[in-house]
Amino acid sequence: MTLHRRDLFGGAAALFGGALLPRFGQAAGGADPRFLTVILRGALDGLSAVPAIGDPDYATIRGALAMATEGPQAVLPAGPLFGFNPRLAKLHRMMLVGDALVVQAVATPYRDRSHFDGQIILETGMERVGGNDGWLNRALVAMPGRPGVRTGRAQGRAQGLALAPSVPLIIRGPAPVLSWAPQFSLSADADTVNRLLAIYDARDPLLAGALRAGARMDAEADARPVRGAPGGGLGAAARFPELAAFAAERVARPDGPRVAVLNVDGWDTHAAQGPTTGRLGALLGFLDDGIAALEAGLRPVWDQTAVLLITEFGRTVRINGTEGTDHGTGTIAILVGGAVKGGRVIADWPGLSANALYAGRDLAPTTDLRAVIKGVLAGQFGLSDRVLAETVFPGSANVRPMAGLIKGA
Amino acid sequence: MTNSPTPFLAAHRFGFGLAGTKAPGSTGRDALLAQLANPGAALLDPALPGTQSSMRTLAQFNAEEAAARRVATATAAPGGDMAPAQMAPAAAANPTTLLLMPDLTARLNRALSGEADFLERLVLFWSNHFAVSLSKGGPMLAATGPFERTVIRPGITGRFADLLLAVTQHPAMLFYLDNQGSIGPNGPLGRRLNRGINENLAREILELHTLGVDSGYTQADVTAFAMALSGWSFPAPNAPEYGQFLFRVAAHEPGPQTVLGRAYAEGGEAQARAILEDLARHPATARFIARKLAVHFVADVPPPALVARLAETFTRTDGNLGAVSRALVEADEAWAPRLTKLRSPYEFLIAAHRTVGIQAMRPRMIGMLDNLGHPILRPPSPAGFPDTSADWLAPDAIKTRADFAIELSARFAGDPAALARETLGPALTDETLTAIRRAETGKQGLALLLMAPEFQRR
Repeated sequence: MTLHRRDLFGGAAALFGGALLPRFGQAAGGADPRFLTVILRGALDGLSAVPAIGDPDYATIRGALAMATEGPQAVLPAGPLFGFNPRLAKLHRMMLVGDALVVQAVATPYRDRSHFDGQIILETGMERVGGNDGWLNRALVAMPGRPGVRTGRAQGRAQGLALAPSVPLIIRGPAPVLSWAPQFSLSADADTVNRLLAIYDARDPLLAGALRAGARMDAEADARPVRGAPGGGLGAAARFPELAAFAAERVARPDGPRVAVLNVDGWDTHAAQGPTTGRLGALLGFLDDGIAALEAGLRPVWDQTAVLLITEFGRTVRINGTEGTDHGTGTIAILVGGAVKGGRVIADWPGLSANALYAGRDLAPTTDLRAVIKGVLAGQFGLSDRVLAETVFPGSANVRPMAGLIKGA
Repeated sequence: MTNSPTPFLAAHRFGFGLAGTKAPGSTGRDALLAQLANPGAALLDPALPGTQSSMRTLAQFNAEEAAARRVATATAAPGGDMAPAQMAPAAAANPTTLLLMPDLTARLNRALSGEADFLERLVLFWSNHFAVSLSKGGPMLAATGPFERTVIRPGITGRFADLLLAVTQHPAMLFYLDNQGSIGPNGPLGRRLNRGINENLAREILELHTLGVDSGYTQADVTAFAMALSGWSFPAPNAPEYGQFLFRVAAHEPGPQTVLGRAYAEGGEAQARAILEDLARHPATARFIARKLAVHFVADVPPPALVARLAETFTRTDGNLGAVSRALVEADEAWAPRLTKLRSPYEFLIAAHRTVGIQAMRPRMIGMLDNLGHPILRPPSPAGFPDTSADWLAPDAIKTRADFAIELSARFAGDPAALARETLGPALTDETLTAIRRAETGKQGLALLLMAPEFQRR
């Protein structure tokens, strides 16, 4: 895979030019912290990734997608209430050695079910849709060791990195950001083709016939078996490990960016999501490999590193008519890295009984995702409560940073 | 739904879509008529090299390269292991970069600009009607761009007969259809060299440019017309007039010719000119052009009354293409709300880029058009690119469009539902809007918009 520089925001910064990169604030527990954010777009089913197998209502309400402590759908143990999906074996191993934790039943302030709006809220850090910059960029601006920012002297300093063809909203804003995208040309993935076919079947049989035949020909010509994926077609998600390795190598460099953001698309598992063998199982496998690739590539700076994996919302607790789940609310956030005080699943568990569900269908959120992010930013970069509440997440004074996420913090 | 000349249809059917269009008008029809009233807006930068300048540049490049090769061959030690090609000095500039890129850039930028979409669509129509191709090689690399730019563009609202003559006398067409070496067997040159005519240009003018196939002409008509066209050529590359039309008297077949039952007295170059004038006025030509325009802009099987009206206008105005184009947009049949024609890959590519706000040509677009089966200025045959939906509906082609839509949408950050409303207006269906809203990401939503039936069809 070759990677190609697409955009350079914030002026003519020397590409990864070490001399131009500012020194960052000290992590509470070590020098020169790194922070990576991975956005899981499409709404990850947190109850399939880290199922609450110990909840008395779990097996009944999850039906065919329920996992267990034994048998073909056996989870990897994580305390009395939770287990890890076996496709997350590497993450589980990192959790056991204390380098990973999961927060269950989290959500942004968003309570509707549009992916776009949900992702906008996730990325802007605002309570309502609106605004053109992201919380990660505002955090960059606020980070210590960058005295030039407010006076404009830091123009041209590239300190954030987006592994994407265009700079995602989360890291858009005044602080300069580099964006890189893999140069492989994207092929229409099966999910997009299926969505198109649904439109065509309703409105344009000729286009439907042509696209269906064309997709079949492509699949036959390009029949690379994707690891365990039903019919492949998971597109860019399958390449996440490569992308993660590339990002890790850059961020690990002494002169590299200290903050990076990556995307993994494809979590909108409305059908045949199969927690271990279906679409979701395959996606979790790619995610697990990507997390391991980050760990391997960031090894030299692992103790200074925190990686946060977030998604716009969760999915319905009950299974829908097509062996999948629909848009929901509460889900998980994953935190990984040598700087992380891991080894646990954090949850103010709301339960899965029918009257405990949000709107009668979703896992009720008990932790504001902003509390988790604030806790990481405070621990890694020493950002003050006030900056976090007024600048990074405006209007969030009532959302306290979660304490104890980062070692030594 | 009744037919109505909405701004949406004007932009979508007669241009490259609402997104990025800059053609004001109180109704869609007025916007198109206003463009027809200002045909100069179809022209490109006059500073771009003309046919002569471009062809001379290429000839000079070829001559220098040949000389360099000769020197290299002469100085290479016998038995030495260095190949002559390695010895040749590096070319000063690649002629493709030098000659072709400015043309392709100007052409794509004009379409992306949205400044005169209907005129640009007419340029594409007539350029495809009088198809020539870069693939032929030789001087085509230098002549094809200027052919479209300096012959087609100024001719889209003029008299058909004038356009036909200018096209037929241009080195690009003469070379593409092999007339530059067509020699009348009974002329001085033909007798001396024992050579004869090449019928290619004559046949294609009858079949593709004027009357249309099966319109009643015979092989005898083709032969006679080819005899009349013998001597229509252009000078050798080392001649100062290289790049201009040249009537080679010595290569012309002497004597009268009979075409479509009419006798044309010998008169040198004037003989074929007279035949072209008559072909341009022929009722079959009026019908052929009328139908082709209606097929291109309105429907694969156009309403017969519309075709008849366009043909009548063509005949009544002595082939005034501006008048015919006006008749097209004034016709009620042209404004049926149902979108049936599949956009050509070129139209799709321009519309898609404009939808995401790209207004300047990206070199990648050229490769995309190759992949989509619509390479710029490289039609597969003298008949040009095909023009019905079925021709573009090949499974691989549609899948490639989807791949391209994904690729383009990868750079996108925005609200695809809002964009869908802006660019598809009243044609946006609930199915498409719902699918876009339910898309997993904004990028996927954009891909769905670009591939929606109402985006693909016009």
